[in-house]
Amino acid sequence: MAKVEQTAKDETGFEPKIVAFLCKWCSSAGSDLAGVSRLQYPSNAVPITIMCSGSMSPMFVLSAFNKGADGVLVSGCHPGDCHYLKGNFYARRKIYLVQKLLQFIGLENDRFRMSWVSAAEGAKFAQVMHDFVADIKKIGPQTRLKAKRP
Amino acid sequence: MTKRTGVFVCHCGNNIAATVDVVRVAEELGREEGVVYSKDYVYMCSDPGQSTMAKAIKENKLDGVVVSCCSPTLHEKTFRDVTEEGGGLNSFRCEIANIREQCAWVHSDKPKATEKALKITKAAVKRVQHNQSLTPIGVPVTRKVLVIGGGIAGIQASLDLANAGFEVILVEKNPTVGGHMIQLSETFPTLDCSQCILSPKMVEISKHKNIKLLTQAEVKEISGFVGNFKAKIHQKAVYVDPETCKICDDCAKVCPTVVSNEYDVGLTSRRAIFIPFAQAIPATYTLDESACLGLNPVVCGKCAEVCEAGAINYDMRPKVITEDIGAIIVATGFDLYGKENLGEYGMGKYSDVLDGLQFERLCSASGPTGGHVLRPSDHKEPKNVVFIQCAGSRDPETHCAYCSKICCMYTAKHATLYKHHVPDGQAYVFYIDIRSGGKGYEEFVQRSMERDEVMYLRGRVSKVYEKSGKMIVLGVDTISGKNVEIEADMVVLALAMQPSQGTADAAKTLKIGRDKDGFLAEAHPKLRPVESVTGGIFLAGAAQAPKDIPETVCQASAAASKVIQLLSKDELMHSPTVAKVRLSHCTGCEMCVQACPYGAIDLGAPSNKARVNDVLCEGCGTCQAVCLRAAIDVKNVAQVQIHDMINACLGV
Repeated sequence: MAKVEQTAKDETGFEPKIVAFLCKWCSSAGSDLAGVSRLQYPSNAVPITIMCSGSMSPMFVLSAFNKGADGVLVSGCHPGDCHYLKGNFYARRKIYLVQKLLQFIGLENDRFRMSWVSAAEGAKFAQVMHDFVADIKKIGPQTRLKAKRP
Repeated sequence: MTKRTGVFVCHCGNNIAATVDVVRVAEELGREEGVVYSKDYVYMCSDPGQSTMAKAIKENKLDGVVVSCCSPTLHEKTFRDVTEEGGGLNSFRCEIANIREQCAWVHSDKPKATEKALKITKAAVKRVQHNQSLTPIGVPVTRKVLVIGGGIAGIQASLDLANAGFEVILVEKNPTVGGHMIQLSETFPTLDCSQCILSPKMVEISKHKNIKLLTQAEVKEISGFVGNFKAKIHQKAVYVDPETCKICDDCAKVCPTVVSNEYDVGLTSRRAIFIPFAQAIPATYTLDESACLGLNPVVCGKCAEVCEAGAINYDMRPKVITEDIGAIIVATGFDLYGKENLGEYGMGKYSDVLDGLQFERLCSASGPTGGHVLRPSDHKEPKNVVFIQCAGSRDPETHCAYCSKICCMYTAKHATLYKHHVPDGQAYVFYIDIRSGGKGYEEFVQRSMERDEVMYLRGRVSKVYEKSGKMIVLGVDTISGKNVEIEADMVVLALAMQPSQGTADAAKTLKIGRDKDGFLAEAHPKLRPVESVTGGIFLAGAAQAPKDIPETVCQASAAASKVIQLLSKDELMHSPTVAKVRLSHCTGCEMCVQACPYGAIDLGAPSNKARVNDVLCEGCGTCQAVCLRAAIDVKNVAQVQIHDMINACLGV
């Protein structure tokens, strides 16, 4: 796995910055399981544990891109399995709209992603991380929404 | 914003320190704005680690604490307790940065992992600097328990709870309690008569002042949360008043409708007005609406005419009962795997191919044959009986992948009972393996082989067919390596156990999970085997996994003790991280009111702005994501905190 990381870096030297919003009850627990199982994945994504994917304000996504994130991931419980009954249904609808908005602004589709990872899916969490980092490496740095700083 | 944050970075021996430069993390965090103390330590959770932390909080007058260590699921409570009890600082001023599971264990490149650990810890510092001191909210609990299912699991749990002084509502779908256990003739390995050991418990259920028994009832709706559920229970109309019914049997004698008897698994029949069996609890006749000619004196009405006690009333209507309860035990049990799935064994085609429960009825003194093993087809004594184990179990390709656990033992019991009834008969058992773990179990199986001369054949049966009026069982004996053909007078299938239909329904109503085979999912397979993932809902019996009577009783008592533990407090503590409205920003648009999954928000007088019910709020934050004016926030997970964490994660 470390080898994958290495080759990609050799090609471009670009290490994407990613913010991963993880639902406390499923994806964050899934990432814990990936840890306990010692599944290796690239270290680009920094996790922020949130109570529910339904609490994910579109502002968080825009803020992350504004502060220079190359990718944003939101990961919640599988639809129908929300710890709070229906939060992830709200998340799904909202995220669809945010995706449309980002497309309209001209941001590459792959930079913003939603995944469903349950507490039992450590391997899936690692895979999501691998795939997301690899996809963003292909696109390169995000400049479209990044704030210009003096 | 707080000004005096302390950071504690744990090495976790080498678990973290091998991949993350913990000394550098501590040093660099010490230079962060608002951080006045930063230290690394080899095992933060150890006794000296905790003391160091408590001392540092006091000496440095810290007003916020970040522990950079393992997942919060492990030690958040530990460190929050240290903060409060040792350091004298409110426990909600402590946050965990997970640099083990989410960093050290999943990366191998030390510089990169250290970078990430720095970001994770800085984000936690940003978060804790906005944290408020909070006190858990005390919520009164309803000291009443709902038990769903009146089999041995539900009976045991109800009696334990009732004897501990709690009110119990026991809901059973059928007209009597007793479940499958009351159908059994004798129980392994001691051969106690099942009715003799269960009937007293059933009577106790009906007499106990703390137990309210609702038969022919189903739970249709559950709302609320741990300690404060509300249940809506539908009870069918029974048309016979249990108080006045004298159990004289006059009504059944005149009833013209005959239907199959569930208690004898279809081996006998009953009338539309019936009592399931003599010891049924509640002890009353009941009228089966679906079989009755019409509940109408003009059409029939014979039973009402002959009932001297006047107990029959066709005008009874179904009832909806609402109950406030504090906890729920689900004990909805099992069904046998559908015989229609096993066409190759001829069940349903040949009347002398029976399932295990039917054979129990044949052996039972209260059964259709008065305790004589007779063939259903011609009422003759069978001289060759073949028992087929794992009928539907341990067959991932076509049937259930799991082992049904009890069949090895009950087949040995069946074969033994058969030999007791028909000493000159021969019993054959086809098996894959004999699984007889349990006190006295192995000895029982050995006894059936040696003393009762049961012939055990290791192998599967491929089919049961008819040849010149005889049933032939074609199987293989893998020890001799030969095909075996046995002329059988009777075949008994040890069908797999599967979760009952009621289990599937209950899981849906209660919103609790099921595993891949449909059994109820426990919160943790080893350490929390009687709890569901939802607080206040507990599991007992074969609804959770195949199990025998002693295990079921164990689990039922365990579930009851968990409920007692939960309800023995006057108040349950509810997390104070609930939503809070900034009234100056709220316009009363009601977006949050509609989005809240718990109905915890409404518009309050006089200003018609959003108002949160702290007890109902679970702190999910769905409201904060829909508010256009950022007027509602979950305490200690506020939007300003998330924005600051995003900055820290991106190194801005």
